[in-house]
Amino acid sequence: MSDAVLSLDVVADLREMWSLPFMVTAFRAGTLVAVLAGVVGWFMVTRRQAFAGHTLSVIGFPGAAAAVWLGLPVTLGYLGAALLAAGVLAVVPQRGRGEESAAIGTVQALALASGFLFLALHGRLLTGSTSLLFGNVLGIGQGQVAGLLVLTLVVLALLAGAGRVLMFASLDPAVAAAHGVPVRLLGTAFLLVLAVTAASTAQVTGALLVFALMVLPAATAQLLTARPARALLLSVGIGLLVMWTSLTVAFYSPWPLGFWLTTIAFALYVAAASGARLRRRAWAR
Amino acid sequence: MGALSEPYLQHALLAGTAVAVASGLVGYLLVLRAAVFTADALSHVAFTGGIAALALGVDVRLGLLAVTVAGALGLGLLGRRGRPDDVVTGGVFAWVLGLGVLALSAYSTSSSAAGGGAGVLSGSLLSLTPGTAWRSVAVCAVVAVGVVAVARPLIFASLDEAVAASRGVPVRALGLALLVLLAVTTVEATQAVGALLVLGLLAAPGGAALRLTTRPLRGMAVSAGVAVGSMWAGLAVATALPRTPPSFAILAVAAGTYLVAALATSRRPRALR
Repeated sequence: MSDAVLSLDVVADLREMWSLPFMVTAFRAGTLVAVLAGVVGWFMVTRRQAFAGHTLSVIGFPGAAAAVWLGLPVTLGYLGAALLAAGVLAVVPQRGRGEESAAIGTVQALALASGFLFLALHGRLLTGSTSLLFGNVLGIGQGQVAGLLVLTLVVLALLAGAGRVLMFASLDPAVAAAHGVPVRLLGTAFLLVLAVTAASTAQVTGALLVFALMVLPAATAQLLTARPARALLLSVGIGLLVMWTSLTVAFYSPWPLGFWLTTIAFALYVAAASGARLRRRAWAR
Repeated sequence: MGALSEPYLQHALLAGTAVAVASGLVGYLLVLRAAVFTADALSHVAFTGGIAALALGVDVRLGLLAVTVAGALGLGLLGRRGRPDDVVTGGVFAWVLGLGVLALSAYSTSSSAAGGGAGVLSGSLLSLTPGTAWRSVAVCAVVAVGVVAVARPLIFASLDEAVAASRGVPVRALGLALLVLLAVTTVEATQAVGALLVLGLLAAPGGAALRLTTRPLRGMAVSAGVAVGSMWAGLAVATALPRTPPSFAILAVAAGTYLVAALATSRRPRALR
Protein backbone atom coordinates (compact mmCIF):
# COMPACT_ATOMS: atom_id res chain seq x y z
CA MET A 1 0.00 0.00 0.00
CA SER A 2 2.95 2.34 0.61
CA ASP A 3 6.70 2.50 0.45
CA ALA A 4 6.97 2.60 4.24
CA VAL A 5 9.30 0.05 5.80
CA LEU A 6 8.51 -1.70 9.06
CA SER A 7 11.05 -1.10 11.80
CA LEU A 8 11.20 -2.88 15.15
CA ASP A 9 9.95 0.18 17.04
CA VAL A 10 6.18 -0.37 17.16
CA VAL A 11 5.34 3.11 18.45
CA ALA A 12 7.38 4.77 15.73
CA ASP A 13 5.76 2.55 13.11
CA LEU A 14 2.25 3.44 14.25
CA ARG A 15 3.20 7.13 14.41
CA GLU A 16 4.54 6.96 10.86
CA MET A 17 1.34 5.29 9.61
CA TRP A 18 -0.97 7.72 11.39
CA SER A 19 0.99 10.75 10.23
CA LEU A 20 -0.72 10.23 6.90
CA PRO A 21 -4.25 11.72 6.89
CA PHE A 22 -5.66 9.08 4.53
CA MET A 23 -4.55 6.29 6.89
CA VAL A 24 -6.29 8.01 9.82
CA THR A 25 -9.46 8.28 7.75
CA ALA A 26 -9.12 4.64 6.70
CA PHE A 27 -8.80 3.59 10.36
CA ARG A 28 -11.85 5.63 11.34
CA ALA A 29 -13.99 4.27 8.50
CA GLY A 30 -12.68 0.75 9.05
CA THR A 31 -13.54 0.89 12.75
CA LEU A 32 -17.11 1.99 12.05
CA VAL A 33 -17.58 -0.65 9.35
CA ALA A 34 -16.19 -3.37 11.63
CA VAL A 35 -18.61 -2.45 14.44
CA LEU A 36 -21.61 -2.17 12.14
CA ALA A 37 -20.82 -5.33 10.18
CA GLY A 38 -20.03 -7.26 13.35
CA VAL A 39 -23.45 -6.52 14.85
CA VAL A 40 -25.55 -6.87 11.70
CA GLY A 41 -23.46 -9.89 10.66
CA TRP A 42 -24.21 -11.71 13.90
CA PHE A 43 -27.92 -11.55 13.13
CA MET A 44 -27.29 -12.43 9.48
CA VAL A 45 -25.27 -15.53 10.34
CA THR A 46 -27.73 -16.62 13.04
CA ARG A 47 -30.60 -16.24 10.59
CA ARG A 48 -28.63 -18.14 7.90
CA GLN A 49 -28.93 -15.21 5.49
CA ALA A 50 -25.37 -14.95 4.17
CA PHE A 51 -26.63 -15.38 0.60
CA ALA A 52 -29.03 -12.47 1.05
CA GLY A 53 -26.17 -10.48 2.62
CA HIS A 54 -23.90 -11.07 -0.37
CA THR A 55 -26.69 -10.25 -2.82
CA LEU A 56 -27.52 -7.00 -1.03
CA SER A 57 -23.86 -5.97 -0.89
CA VAL A 58 -23.35 -6.30 -4.67
CA ILE A 59 -26.74 -4.84 -5.58
CA GLY A 60 -25.34 -1.32 -5.36
CA PHE A 61 -23.74 -1.86 -8.76
CA PRO A 62 -27.02 -1.94 -10.77
CA GLY A 63 -28.36 0.79 -8.49
CA ALA A 64 -25.40 3.03 -9.27
CA ALA A 65 -25.69 2.20 -12.98
CA ALA A 66 -29.38 3.11 -12.95
CA ALA A 67 -28.67 6.36 -11.11
CA VAL A 68 -25.97 7.32 -13.62
CA TRP A 69 -28.33 6.52 -16.50
CA LEU A 70 -31.16 8.59 -15.01
CA GLY A 71 -28.84 11.40 -13.88
CA LEU A 72 -29.64 10.90 -10.19
CA PRO A 73 -27.19 10.96 -7.25
CA VAL A 74 -25.27 7.67 -7.03
CA THR A 75 -25.99 7.26 -3.30
CA LEU A 76 -29.69 7.24 -4.10
CA GLY A 77 -29.06 4.44 -6.59
CA TYR A 78 -27.16 2.36 -4.03
CA LEU A 79 -29.81 2.69 -1.34
CA GLY A 80 -32.78 2.46 -3.69
CA ALA A 81 -31.55 -0.77 -5.31
CA ALA A 82 -30.78 -2.42 -1.97
CA LEU A 83 -34.12 -1.45 -0.43
CA LEU A 84 -35.97 -2.54 -3.56
CA ALA A 85 -34.23 -5.93 -3.55
CA ALA A 86 -34.89 -6.41 0.17
CA GLY A 87 -38.54 -5.49 -0.40
CA VAL A 88 -38.86 -7.99 -3.25
CA LEU A 89 -37.28 -10.74 -1.13
CA ALA A 90 -39.65 -9.97 1.73
CA VAL A 91 -42.80 -9.80 -0.41
CA VAL A 92 -42.39 -12.65 -2.91
CA PRO A 93 -44.03 -15.70 -1.33
CA GLN A 94 -41.45 -18.30 -0.34
CA ARG A 95 -42.07 -21.65 1.25
CA GLY A 96 -39.03 -23.04 2.93
CA ARG A 97 -35.31 -22.52 2.49
CA GLY A 98 -35.15 -24.02 -1.01
CA GLU A 99 -37.42 -21.38 -2.44
CA GLU A 100 -35.71 -18.65 -0.44
CA SER A 101 -32.40 -19.62 -2.02
CA ALA A 102 -33.97 -19.67 -5.51
CA ALA A 103 -35.53 -16.24 -4.96
CA ILE A 104 -32.29 -14.66 -3.76
CA GLY A 105 -30.28 -16.12 -6.66
CA THR A 106 -32.87 -14.87 -9.14
CA VAL A 107 -32.91 -11.37 -7.64
CA GLN A 108 -29.11 -11.15 -7.67
CA ALA A 109 -28.71 -12.38 -11.26
CA LEU A 110 -31.52 -10.22 -12.62
CA ALA A 111 -30.26 -7.17 -10.73
CA LEU A 112 -26.72 -7.53 -12.07
CA ALA A 113 -28.05 -8.11 -15.59
CA SER A 114 -30.17 -4.96 -15.20
CA GLY A 115 -26.97 -3.14 -14.29
CA PHE A 116 -25.50 -4.11 -17.64
CA LEU A 117 -28.75 -3.07 -19.34
CA PHE A 118 -28.53 0.40 -17.76
CA LEU A 119 -24.89 0.67 -18.84
CA ALA A 120 -25.87 -0.35 -22.38
CA LEU A 121 -28.69 2.20 -22.41
CA HIS A 122 -26.43 4.88 -21.02
CA GLY A 123 -23.88 3.99 -23.68
CA ARG A 124 -20.68 4.27 -21.70
CA LEU A 125 -18.73 2.54 -19.00
CA LEU A 126 -19.33 3.18 -15.34
CA THR A 127 -16.10 4.55 -13.97
CA GLY A 128 -14.85 2.99 -10.79
CA SER A 129 -16.75 -0.28 -11.08
CA THR A 130 -13.76 -2.17 -9.66
CA SER A 131 -13.67 0.10 -6.62
CA LEU A 132 -17.37 -0.59 -6.34
CA LEU A 133 -16.64 -4.28 -5.90
CA PHE A 134 -13.29 -4.29 -4.15
CA GLY A 135 -13.31 -0.89 -2.53
CA ASN A 136 -10.64 1.69 -2.09
CA VAL A 137 -10.16 2.57 1.57
CA LEU A 138 -7.47 5.08 0.72
CA GLY A 139 -9.88 7.38 -1.07
CA ILE A 140 -12.44 7.83 1.67
CA GLY A 141 -13.56 11.40 2.35
CA GLN A 142 -14.39 13.01 5.71
CA GLY A 143 -18.04 13.33 4.72
CA GLN A 144 -18.25 9.61 4.09
CA VAL A 145 -16.87 8.87 7.56
CA ALA A 146 -19.51 11.16 9.09
CA GLY A 147 -22.19 9.38 7.05
CA LEU A 148 -20.93 6.00 8.26
CA LEU A 149 -21.00 7.25 11.86
CA VAL A 150 -24.62 8.35 11.54
CA LEU A 151 -25.57 5.04 9.93
CA THR A 152 -23.79 3.04 12.64
CA LEU A 153 -25.51 4.99 15.41
CA VAL A 154 -28.95 4.61 13.80
CA VAL A 155 -28.54 0.85 13.26
CA LEU A 156 -27.18 0.35 16.79
CA ALA A 157 -30.10 2.34 18.23
CA LEU A 158 -32.60 0.28 16.23
CA LEU A 159 -31.01 -2.95 17.38
CA ALA A 160 -30.80 -1.75 20.98
CA GLY A 161 -34.56 -1.28 20.83
CA ALA A 162 -35.58 -4.41 18.94
CA GLY A 163 -32.46 -6.55 19.40
CA ARG A 164 -33.76 -8.89 22.10
CA VAL A 165 -36.96 -9.71 20.23
CA LEU A 166 -35.07 -10.07 16.95
CA MET A 167 -32.58 -12.34 18.69
CA PHE A 168 -35.42 -14.53 19.97
CA ALA A 169 -37.06 -14.61 16.51
CA SER A 170 -33.71 -15.43 14.88
CA LEU A 171 -32.71 -18.20 17.27
CA ASP A 172 -36.07 -19.99 17.44
CA PRO A 173 -38.66 -18.60 15.01
CA ALA A 174 -41.32 -21.23 15.80
CA VAL A 175 -41.28 -20.68 19.56
CA ALA A 176 -41.06 -16.91 19.10
CA ALA A 177 -44.11 -16.96 16.82
CA ALA A 178 -46.00 -19.04 19.40
CA HIS A 179 -45.20 -16.33 21.96
CA GLY A 180 -46.83 -13.73 19.76
CA VAL A 181 -43.61 -12.23 18.36
CA PRO A 182 -44.25 -10.79 14.87
CA VAL A 183 -41.57 -13.00 13.27
CA ARG A 184 -42.40 -12.14 9.67
CA LEU A 185 -42.47 -8.40 10.29
CA LEU A 186 -39.14 -8.59 12.14
CA GLY A 187 -37.68 -10.61 9.26
CA THR A 188 -38.69 -7.91 6.78
CA ALA A 189 -37.35 -5.16 9.04
CA PHE A 190 -34.04 -6.98 9.42
CA LEU A 191 -33.72 -7.45 5.63
CA LEU A 192 -34.17 -3.68 5.23
CA VAL A 193 -31.50 -2.98 7.88
CA LEU A 194 -29.18 -5.49 6.16
CA ALA A 195 -29.85 -3.76 2.84
CA VAL A 196 -29.08 -0.26 4.12
CA THR A 197 -25.96 -1.46 5.95
CA ALA A 198 -24.60 -3.47 3.04
CA ALA A 199 -25.35 -0.82 0.42
CA SER A 200 -24.02 2.21 2.27
CA THR A 201 -20.87 0.56 3.56
CA ALA A 202 -20.21 -1.06 0.17
CA GLN A 203 -20.20 2.41 -1.34
CA VAL A 204 -17.41 3.45 1.02
CA THR A 205 -15.28 0.33 1.41
CA GLY A 206 -16.42 -1.97 -1.41
CA ALA A 207 -18.73 -4.97 -1.33
CA LEU A 208 -15.93 -7.42 -0.54
CA LEU A 209 -14.93 -5.86 2.78
CA VAL A 210 -18.50 -5.54 3.99
CA PHE A 211 -19.42 -9.10 3.10
CA ALA A 212 -16.25 -10.55 4.66
CA LEU A 213 -16.73 -8.52 7.85
CA MET A 214 -20.35 -9.58 8.14
CA VAL A 215 -19.74 -13.31 7.68
CA LEU A 216 -16.37 -14.26 9.14
CA PRO A 217 -16.21 -12.55 12.59
CA ALA A 218 -19.78 -13.60 13.40
CA ALA A 219 -19.17 -17.18 12.26
CA THR A 220 -15.96 -17.32 14.34
CA ALA A 221 -17.70 -15.87 17.41
CA GLN A 222 -20.48 -18.45 17.22
CA LEU A 223 -17.92 -21.23 17.26
CA LEU A 224 -16.28 -19.79 20.36
CA THR A 225 -19.33 -19.28 22.56
CA ALA A 226 -22.89 -20.58 22.62
CA ARG A 227 -24.24 -17.55 24.48
CA PRO A 228 -25.89 -15.13 22.02
CA ALA A 229 -25.11 -11.80 23.68
CA ARG A 230 -21.49 -12.78 24.31
CA ALA A 231 -21.14 -13.97 20.70
CA LEU A 232 -22.50 -10.63 19.47
CA LEU A 233 -19.86 -8.69 21.42
CA LEU A 234 -17.15 -11.14 20.41
CA SER A 235 -18.16 -10.73 16.77
CA VAL A 236 -17.58 -6.96 17.02
CA GLY A 237 -14.28 -7.52 18.84
CA ILE A 238 -12.99 -9.95 16.21
CA GLY A 239 -14.11 -7.59 13.46
CA LEU A 240 -12.14 -4.71 15.02
CA LEU A 241 -9.06 -6.87 15.58
CA VAL A 242 -9.13 -8.10 11.98
CA MET A 243 -9.70 -4.61 10.58
CA TRP A 244 -6.91 -2.91 12.57
CA THR A 245 -4.41 -5.72 11.98
CA SER A 246 -5.05 -5.93 8.27
CA LEU A 247 -4.93 -2.14 7.78
CA THR A 248 -1.53 -2.10 9.49
CA VAL A 249 -0.18 -5.15 7.64
CA ALA A 250 -1.49 -3.89 4.31
CA PHE A 251 0.17 -0.50 4.91
CA TYR A 252 3.57 -2.15 5.26
CA SER A 253 3.11 -4.72 2.48
CA PRO A 254 2.65 -4.58 -1.28
CA TRP A 255 -0.45 -6.79 -1.19
CA PRO A 256 -3.98 -5.31 -1.12
CA LEU A 257 -6.09 -4.79 2.02
CA GLY A 258 -8.91 -7.01 0.75
CA PHE A 259 -6.53 -9.94 0.60
CA TRP A 260 -5.13 -9.39 4.12
CA LEU A 261 -8.50 -8.73 5.71
CA THR A 262 -10.19 -11.83 4.30
CA THR A 263 -7.13 -14.02 4.94
CA ILE A 264 -6.71 -12.98 8.58
CA ALA A 265 -10.45 -13.30 9.23
CA PHE A 266 -10.57 -16.69 7.49
CA ALA A 267 -7.54 -17.93 9.44
CA LEU A 268 -9.26 -17.05 12.73
CA TYR A 269 -12.41 -18.82 11.53
CA VAL A 270 -10.48 -21.96 10.57
CA ALA A 271 -8.66 -21.92 13.93
CA ALA A 272 -11.97 -21.61 15.80
CA ALA A 273 -13.56 -24.37 13.69
CA SER A 274 -10.63 -26.73 14.32
CA GLY A 275 -10.79 -25.97 18.03
CA ALA A 276 -14.52 -26.67 18.11
CA ARG A 277 -14.00 -29.95 16.27
CA LEU A 278 -11.28 -31.06 18.72
CA ARG A 279 -13.48 -30.16 21.70
CA ARG A 280 -16.39 -32.16 20.25
CA ARG A 281 -14.10 -35.14 19.79
CA ALA A 282 -12.89 -34.83 23.40
CA TRP A 283 -16.52 -34.76 24.55
CA ALA A 284 -17.42 -37.81 22.50
CA ARG A 285 -14.70 -39.86 24.14
CA MET B 1 -37.02 -15.84 -39.04
CA GLY B 2 -34.39 -14.55 -41.47
CA ALA B 3 -32.15 -13.79 -38.49
CA LEU B 4 -31.76 -17.53 -37.87
CA SER B 5 -29.52 -17.83 -40.90
CA GLU B 6 -26.93 -15.64 -39.16
CA PRO B 7 -24.14 -17.95 -37.97
CA TYR B 8 -23.56 -16.04 -34.72
CA LEU B 9 -27.18 -16.55 -33.74
CA GLN B 10 -27.01 -20.25 -34.58
CA HIS B 11 -23.98 -20.60 -32.33
CA ALA B 12 -25.73 -18.65 -29.56
CA LEU B 13 -28.79 -20.89 -29.81
CA LEU B 14 -26.66 -24.03 -29.81
CA ALA B 15 -24.48 -23.16 -26.80
CA GLY B 16 -27.32 -21.34 -25.02
CA THR B 17 -29.63 -24.33 -25.25
CA ALA B 18 -26.92 -26.69 -24.01
CA VAL B 19 -26.06 -24.46 -21.03
CA ALA B 20 -29.77 -23.96 -20.29
CA VAL B 21 -30.45 -27.73 -20.18
CA ALA B 22 -27.48 -28.37 -17.88
CA SER B 23 -28.28 -25.44 -15.55
CA GLY B 24 -31.98 -26.29 -15.48
CA LEU B 25 -31.24 -29.85 -14.34
CA VAL B 26 -28.50 -28.95 -11.85
CA GLY B 27 -30.47 -25.90 -10.66
CA TYR B 28 -33.56 -27.88 -9.70
CA LEU B 29 -31.48 -30.11 -7.44
CA LEU B 30 -29.69 -27.07 -5.97
CA VAL B 31 -33.00 -25.39 -5.16
CA LEU B 32 -34.31 -28.63 -3.64
CA ARG B 33 -31.23 -28.64 -1.37
CA ALA B 34 -31.45 -24.87 -0.70
CA ALA B 35 -27.92 -24.53 -2.08
CA VAL B 36 -28.06 -21.82 -4.76
CA PHE B 37 -25.57 -19.86 -2.63
CA THR B 38 -22.98 -22.54 -3.46
CA ALA B 39 -23.39 -21.65 -7.13
CA ASP B 40 -22.83 -17.96 -6.34
CA ALA B 41 -19.67 -18.86 -4.42
CA LEU B 42 -18.37 -21.25 -7.09
CA SER B 43 -18.78 -18.72 -9.89
CA HIS B 44 -16.47 -16.43 -7.88
CA VAL B 45 -14.08 -19.32 -7.29
CA ALA B 46 -14.00 -19.76 -11.07
CA PHE B 47 -13.22 -16.08 -11.55
CA THR B 48 -10.43 -16.15 -8.97
CA GLY B 49 -9.00 -19.35 -10.48
CA GLY B 50 -9.04 -17.87 -13.96
CA ILE B 51 -7.31 -14.65 -12.91
CA ALA B 52 -4.77 -16.62 -10.86
CA ALA B 53 -4.02 -18.81 -13.89
CA LEU B 54 -3.54 -15.66 -15.98
CA ALA B 55 -1.25 -14.11 -13.37
CA LEU B 56 0.83 -17.29 -13.10
CA GLY B 57 0.88 -17.82 -16.86
CA VAL B 58 -0.75 -21.26 -16.62
CA ASP B 59 -3.30 -22.46 -19.19
CA VAL B 60 -6.45 -20.54 -18.29
CA ARG B 61 -9.05 -23.18 -19.23
CA LEU B 62 -7.23 -25.85 -17.26
CA GLY B 63 -6.68 -23.54 -14.27
CA LEU B 64 -10.32 -22.52 -14.27
CA LEU B 65 -11.53 -26.12 -14.26
CA ALA B 66 -9.00 -27.38 -11.69
CA VAL B 67 -9.58 -24.54 -9.21
CA THR B 68 -13.37 -24.64 -9.49
CA VAL B 69 -13.64 -28.43 -9.08
CA ALA B 70 -11.20 -28.24 -6.14
CA GLY B 71 -13.31 -25.44 -4.64
CA ALA B 72 -16.47 -27.52 -5.02
CA LEU B 73 -14.88 -30.55 -3.37
CA GLY B 74 -13.44 -28.38 -0.59
CA LEU B 75 -16.86 -26.88 0.16
CA GLY B 76 -18.42 -30.32 0.14
CA LEU B 77 -15.82 -31.79 2.49
CA LEU B 78 -16.20 -28.86 4.93
CA GLY B 79 -19.96 -29.35 5.09
CA ARG B 80 -21.70 -32.13 6.91
CA ARG B 81 -22.53 -35.10 4.62
CA GLY B 82 -21.26 -33.29 1.53
CA ARG B 83 -23.66 -30.41 2.13
CA PRO B 84 -21.94 -27.09 2.92
CA ASP B 85 -24.18 -24.83 4.98
CA ASP B 86 -24.74 -21.13 4.60
CA VAL B 87 -22.00 -20.09 7.03
CA VAL B 88 -19.28 -22.41 5.67
CA THR B 89 -20.07 -21.31 2.12
CA GLY B 90 -20.10 -17.65 3.12
CA GLY B 91 -16.79 -17.92 4.99
CA VAL B 92 -14.94 -19.66 2.17
CA PHE B 93 -16.58 -17.32 -0.32
CA ALA B 94 -15.30 -14.22 1.49
CA TRP B 95 -11.75 -15.59 1.52
CA VAL B 96 -11.91 -16.53 -2.17
CA LEU B 97 -12.95 -12.94 -2.96
CA GLY B 98 -9.87 -11.73 -1.09
CA LEU B 99 -7.66 -14.13 -3.05
CA GLY B 100 -9.32 -12.81 -6.20
CA VAL B 101 -8.28 -9.26 -5.29
CA LEU B 102 -4.69 -10.45 -4.78
CA ALA B 103 -4.70 -12.34 -8.10
CA LEU B 104 -6.21 -9.32 -9.83
CA SER B 105 -3.57 -6.97 -8.49
CA ALA B 106 -0.82 -9.45 -9.44
CA TYR B 107 -2.36 -9.86 -12.89
CA SER B 108 -2.76 -6.16 -13.56
CA THR B 109 0.88 -5.53 -12.68
CA SER B 110 2.05 -8.37 -14.94
CA SER B 111 -0.66 -8.09 -17.59
CA SER B 112 1.72 -7.06 -20.35
CA ALA B 113 3.52 -10.38 -19.90
CA ALA B 114 0.37 -12.47 -19.61
CA GLY B 115 -1.16 -10.88 -22.67
CA GLY B 116 -4.70 -11.80 -23.78
CA GLY B 117 -6.72 -14.70 -22.46
CA ALA B 118 -8.84 -12.63 -20.07
CA GLY B 119 -11.68 -13.02 -22.57
CA VAL B 120 -12.05 -16.59 -21.34
CA LEU B 121 -13.54 -15.17 -18.15
CA SER B 122 -16.25 -13.11 -19.76
CA GLY B 123 -18.05 -15.29 -22.26
CA SER B 124 -20.61 -13.56 -24.40
CA LEU B 125 -23.47 -15.41 -26.03
CA LEU B 126 -23.50 -13.40 -29.25
CA SER B 127 -19.79 -13.69 -30.06
CA LEU B 128 -19.11 -17.42 -29.83
CA THR B 129 -16.83 -19.32 -32.16
CA PRO B 130 -18.22 -22.59 -33.60
CA GLY B 131 -15.56 -24.48 -31.60
CA THR B 132 -16.71 -22.99 -28.29
CA ALA B 133 -20.36 -23.60 -29.12
CA TRP B 134 -19.82 -27.29 -29.89
CA ARG B 135 -17.58 -27.71 -26.85
CA SER B 136 -20.41 -26.32 -24.70
CA VAL B 137 -22.78 -28.85 -26.22
CA ALA B 138 -20.38 -31.71 -25.43
CA VAL B 139 -19.63 -30.58 -21.84
CA CYS B 140 -23.27 -29.86 -21.05
CA ALA B 141 -24.35 -33.23 -22.48
CA VAL B 142 -21.92 -34.94 -20.11
CA VAL B 143 -23.29 -32.88 -17.18
CA ALA B 144 -26.89 -33.70 -18.15
CA VAL B 145 -26.15 -37.43 -18.32
CA GLY B 146 -24.37 -37.21 -14.96
CA VAL B 147 -27.31 -35.41 -13.32
CA VAL B 148 -29.84 -37.89 -14.66
CA ALA B 149 -27.66 -40.78 -13.46
CA VAL B 150 -27.55 -39.54 -9.83
CA ALA B 151 -30.99 -37.89 -9.81
CA ARG B 152 -33.12 -40.53 -8.05
CA PRO B 153 -30.90 -41.25 -5.03
CA LEU B 154 -29.87 -37.58 -4.81
CA ILE B 155 -33.50 -36.43 -4.62
CA PHE B 156 -34.10 -39.00 -1.88
CA ALA B 157 -30.99 -37.80 -0.04
CA SER B 158 -32.03 -34.15 -0.44
CA LEU B 159 -35.61 -34.59 0.79
CA ASP B 160 -34.87 -36.86 3.73
CA GLU B 161 -31.18 -37.09 4.43
CA ALA B 162 -31.38 -39.17 7.62
CA VAL B 163 -33.68 -41.82 6.20
CA ALA B 164 -31.68 -42.02 2.97
CA ALA B 165 -28.44 -42.46 4.92
CA SER B 166 -29.95 -45.19 7.07
CA ARG B 167 -31.13 -46.99 3.93
CA GLY B 168 -27.51 -47.10 2.73
CA VAL B 169 -27.73 -44.29 0.15
CA PRO B 170 -24.22 -42.76 -0.17
CA VAL B 171 -25.45 -39.30 0.86
CA ARG B 172 -22.03 -37.68 1.10
CA ALA B 173 -20.73 -39.02 -2.22
CA LEU B 174 -23.92 -37.89 -3.98
CA GLY B 175 -23.63 -34.40 -2.48
CA LEU B 176 -20.03 -34.16 -3.70
CA ALA B 177 -21.05 -35.46 -7.15
CA LEU B 178 -23.65 -32.69 -7.48
CA LEU B 179 -21.08 -30.08 -6.44
CA VAL B 180 -18.64 -31.33 -9.11
CA LEU B 181 -21.39 -31.28 -11.76
CA LEU B 182 -22.20 -27.72 -10.63
CA ALA B 183 -18.52 -26.76 -10.90
CA VAL B 184 -18.25 -28.11 -14.45
CA THR B 185 -21.47 -26.33 -15.47
CA THR B 186 -20.21 -23.06 -13.94
CA VAL B 187 -16.84 -23.26 -15.68
CA GLU B 188 -18.35 -24.04 -19.06
CA ALA B 189 -21.06 -21.40 -18.71
CA THR B 190 -18.54 -18.77 -17.58
CA GLN B 191 -16.55 -19.28 -20.77
CA ALA B 192 -19.54 -19.55 -23.10
CA VAL B 193 -22.32 -17.30 -21.81
CA GLY B 194 -20.80 -15.41 -18.86
CA ALA B 195 -20.89 -16.08 -15.11
CA LEU B 196 -23.82 -13.75 -14.52
CA LEU B 197 -26.25 -15.69 -16.66
CA VAL B 198 -25.56 -19.06 -15.09
CA LEU B 199 -26.57 -18.03 -11.54
CA GLY B 200 -29.97 -16.88 -12.79
CA LEU B 201 -30.42 -19.95 -14.98
CA LEU B 202 -29.69 -22.18 -11.97
CA ALA B 203 -31.99 -20.32 -9.57
CA ALA B 204 -35.08 -19.12 -11.42
CA PRO B 205 -36.11 -22.24 -13.42
CA GLY B 206 -35.51 -24.45 -10.38
CA GLY B 207 -37.64 -22.15 -8.21
CA ALA B 208 -40.42 -22.09 -10.81
CA ALA B 209 -40.36 -25.89 -11.18
CA LEU B 210 -40.62 -26.36 -7.42
CA ARG B 211 -43.83 -24.36 -7.58
CA LEU B 212 -45.30 -26.01 -10.67
CA THR B 213 -45.02 -29.66 -9.70
CA THR B 214 -44.61 -31.68 -6.53
CA ARG B 215 -43.01 -34.63 -8.32
CA PRO B 216 -39.22 -34.27 -8.30
CA LEU B 217 -38.35 -36.05 -11.55
CA ARG B 218 -41.03 -34.11 -13.38
CA GLY B 219 -39.71 -31.01 -11.63
CA MET B 220 -36.27 -31.57 -13.15
CA ALA B 221 -37.82 -31.76 -16.62
CA VAL B 222 -39.94 -28.63 -16.00
CA SER B 223 -36.85 -26.77 -14.73
CA ALA B 224 -34.84 -27.66 -17.85
CA GLY B 225 -37.84 -26.70 -19.99
CA VAL B 226 -38.21 -23.29 -18.31
CA ALA B 227 -34.46 -22.66 -18.70
CA VAL B 228 -34.47 -23.52 -22.43
CA GLY B 229 -37.68 -21.54 -23.01
CA SER B 230 -36.18 -18.47 -21.26
CA MET B 231 -33.02 -18.83 -23.35
CA TRP B 232 -34.94 -18.90 -26.65
CA ALA B 233 -37.40 -16.14 -25.72
CA GLY B 234 -34.58 -13.98 -24.37
CA LEU B 235 -32.48 -14.44 -27.49
CA ALA B 236 -35.50 -13.54 -29.62
CA VAL B 237 -36.03 -10.34 -27.61
CA ALA B 238 -32.32 -9.46 -27.76
CA THR B 239 -32.35 -9.94 -31.55
CA ALA B 240 -35.46 -7.81 -31.97
CA LEU B 241 -34.20 -5.03 -29.68
CA PRO B 242 -30.46 -4.87 -30.36
CA ARG B 243 -29.62 -2.56 -27.44
CA THR B 244 -30.86 -5.12 -24.93
CA PRO B 245 -28.01 -7.29 -23.59
CA PRO B 246 -29.03 -10.94 -24.16
CA SER B 247 -28.25 -11.88 -20.55
CA PHE B 248 -30.77 -9.33 -19.31
CA ALA B 249 -33.48 -10.49 -21.73
CA ILE B 250 -32.96 -14.16 -20.85
CA LEU B 251 -32.92 -13.53 -17.10
CA ALA B 252 -35.96 -11.25 -17.30
CA VAL B 253 -37.95 -14.06 -18.95
CA ALA B 254 -36.71 -16.64 -16.42
CA ALA B 255 -37.40 -14.38 -13.41
CA GLY B 256 -40.81 -13.44 -14.83
CA THR B 257 -41.71 -17.12 -15.20
CA TYR B 258 -40.68 -17.77 -11.60
CA LEU B 259 -42.64 -14.79 -10.32
CA VAL B 260 -45.80 -15.82 -12.20
CA ALA B 261 -45.45 -19.40 -10.95
CA ALA B 262 -44.94 -18.18 -7.36
CA LEU B 263 -47.91 -15.82 -7.43
CA ALA B 264 -50.22 -18.27 -9.24
CA THR B 265 -49.60 -21.02 -6.71
CA SER B 266 -49.27 -18.92 -3.54
CA ARG B 267 -52.82 -19.75 -2.41
CA ARG B 268 -52.44 -23.45 -2.94
CA PRO B 269 -51.56 -25.61 0.07
CA ARG B 270 -47.95 -26.21 0.83
CA ALA B 271 -46.43 -28.60 -1.67
CA LEU B 272 -42.88 -29.87 -1.51
CA ARG B 273 -40.71 -28.71 1.40
